[in-house]
Amino acid sequence: MNATYFKDQFQQLQTENDTVHLAALRAGSFGTFDQKGFPTTKLEEWKYTNISSLFDKEYQISPFTDNPASLAAAIEEIQLPEHTNANVLYFVNGRYEPSLSIIRSTIEELQVMPLLQAASAGFQEIIDQHLGESSVYLKDGIHALNTSFITDAVFIHVAAGKELSHPVYIYHLADAQHQAILTQPRSLVYVSKRAKIQIAETFRTVGTMDSFSNAVMEVVVAQDAFLEYYKLQNDAAHTSQVSSTHIHQTGKSHVHTVTISLNGGLLRNNLNMILDAEGNETHLYGLSLLKGKTHVDNHTLIDNKHPNCFSNQLYKNIADDAATGVFSGRIIVQPDAQKTNAYQSNKNIILSDQATINAKPQLEIFADDVKCSHGCTVGQLDEEALFYLRARGISRELAEVLLLQAFATDIVEQVKIEPLRQHIDTLIQQHLSIQ
Amino acid sequence: MLQWRLKAFAHWLKLEEPKWPNVTYPPINYQDIIYYAAPKKKEQLNSLDEVDPELLLTFDKLGISLNEQKRLTGVAVDVVMDSVSIATSFKEQLSEIGVIFCSISEAIQKHPELVKKYLGSVVPMTDNYFSALNSAVFTDGSFCYIPKGVRCPMELSTYFRINAENSGQFERTLIIAEEESYVSYLEGCTAPMRDENQLHAAVVELVAMRKAEIKYSTVQNWYPGDKEGKGGIYNFVTKRGICAGDHAKISWTQVETGSAVTWKYPSVILKGDYSIGEFYSVAFTNNYQQADTGTKMIHLGKNTRSRIVAKGISAGKSQNSYRGLVRAGKGALNARNFSQCDSLLLGDQCGAHTFPYIEVKNKTAIIEHEATTSKIGEDQLFYCKQRGIDAETAVAMIVNGFAKEVMNQLPMEFAIEAQKLLAISMEGSVG
Repeated sequence: MNATYFKDQFQQLQTENDTVHLAALRAGSFGTFDQKGFPTTKLEEWKYTNISSLFDKEYQISPFTDNPASLAAAIEEIQLPEHTNANVLYFVNGRYEPSLSIIRSTIEELQVMPLLQAASAGFQEIIDQHLGESSVYLKDGIHALNTSFITDAVFIHVAAGKELSHPVYIYHLADAQHQAILTQPRSLVYVSKRAKIQIAETFRTVGTMDSFSNAVMEVVVAQDAFLEYYKLQNDAAHTSQVSSTHIHQTGKSHVHTVTISLNGGLLRNNLNMILDAEGNETHLYGLSLLKGKTHVDNHTLIDNKHPNCFSNQLYKNIADDAATGVFSGRIIVQPDAQKTNAYQSNKNIILSDQATINAKPQLEIFADDVKCSHGCTVGQLDEEALFYLRARGISRELAEVLLLQAFATDIVEQVKIEPLRQHIDTLIQQHLSIQ
Repeated sequence: MLQWRLKAFAHWLKLEEPKWPNVTYPPINYQDIIYYAAPKKKEQLNSLDEVDPELLLTFDKLGISLNEQKRLTGVAVDVVMDSVSIATSFKEQLSEIGVIFCSISEAIQKHPELVKKYLGSVVPMTDNYFSALNSAVFTDGSFCYIPKGVRCPMELSTYFRINAENSGQFERTLIIAEEESYVSYLEGCTAPMRDENQLHAAVVELVAMRKAEIKYSTVQNWYPGDKEGKGGIYNFVTKRGICAGDHAKISWTQVETGSAVTWKYPSVILKGDYSIGEFYSVAFTNNYQQADTGTKMIHLGKNTRSRIVAKGISAGKSQNSYRGLVRAGKGALNARNFSQCDSLLLGDQCGAHTFPYIEVKNKTAIIEHEATTSKIGEDQLFYCKQRGIDAETAVAMIVNGFAKEVMNQLPMEFAIEAQKLLAISMEGSVG
């Protein structure tokens, strides 16, 4: 896939509705992409994840699906439990699809609309201020590529003081029946003061051609607001993803995220937490159960800019077969951010000699009155625990599954939407029992 | 030898200066450097009274004997003569048991077969920017060969070989320990060297054969620049050891307090089965000093073990980073590593950073890493002050306690000096 293709596509974009801000953002981002191209493993941030091979193929960039009827089954299959109780947002081939989406919360609580429409619906200031702010932290070409092709993005706004009783489910469908496809979903979420929202996101590819999703979500969490964010990756082995979530806490607020990666080809998750006010709290959890040749790279960044912030991270990987698990966690404590408490823990289990675990926990601390720690372990199942179970008549296979399940529980129980948690639990049990 | 140097130089020209370390320094003009300086005669002073009083004060605090003070400041010729004779007598004692300990240029003349076999075998000339430069232009350094089964009876030290001390910035050290031998090697000196050289790009290579053990200790206290961060030495060193045989052991211990910019990663390649690598480090930075230091443990053989203990202390406006790699290859069955990096921050304008890299490629390896960052507890300080200990002494005590795990690894006399050195480096950083 060469740069001229993207140049042609970029020039063909329908941009007459762009706001001044979006036009400038788009042009600047394409300039960045043109200059930097796709990231290579020579970049420190991409040291352990080689995505260059993904671009050997000829993708169509966010095409409209030619046969909407063929997606009907997938539209059903992708649904998460208690779908009928949720606000449902569909993306098809990276484009927000209002006709499929269902909003159950009232308009006083939640507004969901195409991004371009939102500018004229009174949200222009928010959009101009926050759309594209993730590029301050994500400076590579692939992130710029998403920004240069912002089309059919979605804007989600939770009104001040409203606690949503219906979670927001975001479904990403990709139609790869006839051609390899590159989708670039984009969303901007604004959680106003004292509001509360739960978001769960999942992905599904239809067809056997390759699909590559380059998704970006930017979230702003205002004073005293509360965000729960869940990502479930359980797609086919020929699908790949670079998925960036950039969360900006602008007031004393609370964020809770869980990333679960089960199946897929190459998955890269960027999760940035910008703690941009005093007294923010954030919890990051991640679990990858990897088999086959799946490669999962969880990249987290916590930028503590102000005093009295708290963050906690726990990421677990289980790598079997020829799978690769990568964890790179970076905590920055800026000079002003005194009294920061930042904890990070990364635990890995390797089950096969072909599997690989790479870990890179980093602390960059510029303030003295802080408590920061990180821990990282790579190991195997405890032989003594296995023996204990086997001595009680449990087969080795079952004992292993039990121990792995126990290992995973720490993360799964952090999913606070009960039906979703049960669903993930079942998926994990199925995933482990095939071994 | 010339061919080898030329090859390295050609390679160096192709390389770009690396930008990844967490340090900043103005670009270096490589044409400006004097690549060969014959041991020069120091300006000779007639008595201690003419020596910079600040320097003498430091010596006193370190407890360096009068004779040594004279020697270090180059006062009287007879004292220097004295120490040369001491060095010679040690040399005789060593050669009796077969240990070769001489400058590397002497070794190239007298033992060309050993040098040819091992030089560049651990740190190839193409390894990195500064090692290529070193390979091309290295002037002098130490060579040490311990024959099979010999336990070197004394601590070897560059300290004894005063004649090579001024040989400058591109030192090359090569230590070979044959089967079942043991050597403990000390490098550096606790005395503050007012060295004017801008760049030090040394290379150290260690080779440990079956059941051999090499213990390499460094205390570095070069000129760190003044309080505004002007001047000071750039210390870019490549140090690497290989456990070539089974049951070999290499242990690095370092106390880094000097230099404006330190950038070094003493590494161990654990090739032999059951080999052991150790790394103990205390890095102290003050004012505008920057240190980016750590280690690499490359596990290749079966049942290899490594242990990393790194303590970083930052004060003033300094930046102190630990950067380490632990890699367990596919064949490194039952590899075991434990790493611990602790950082202590004194003052609110300094930084402490950790960048560990962990790469595991087999299912029997167990790797553990933990890191913490904190400052000295107010309650600890209060406790000391309540007992009549002033704040500065209290901080020095606490810091020494923090670094004790590493200090214990140093040979006895060295450890005492290193402790005092820490206290001196810390002066003015409290309050």
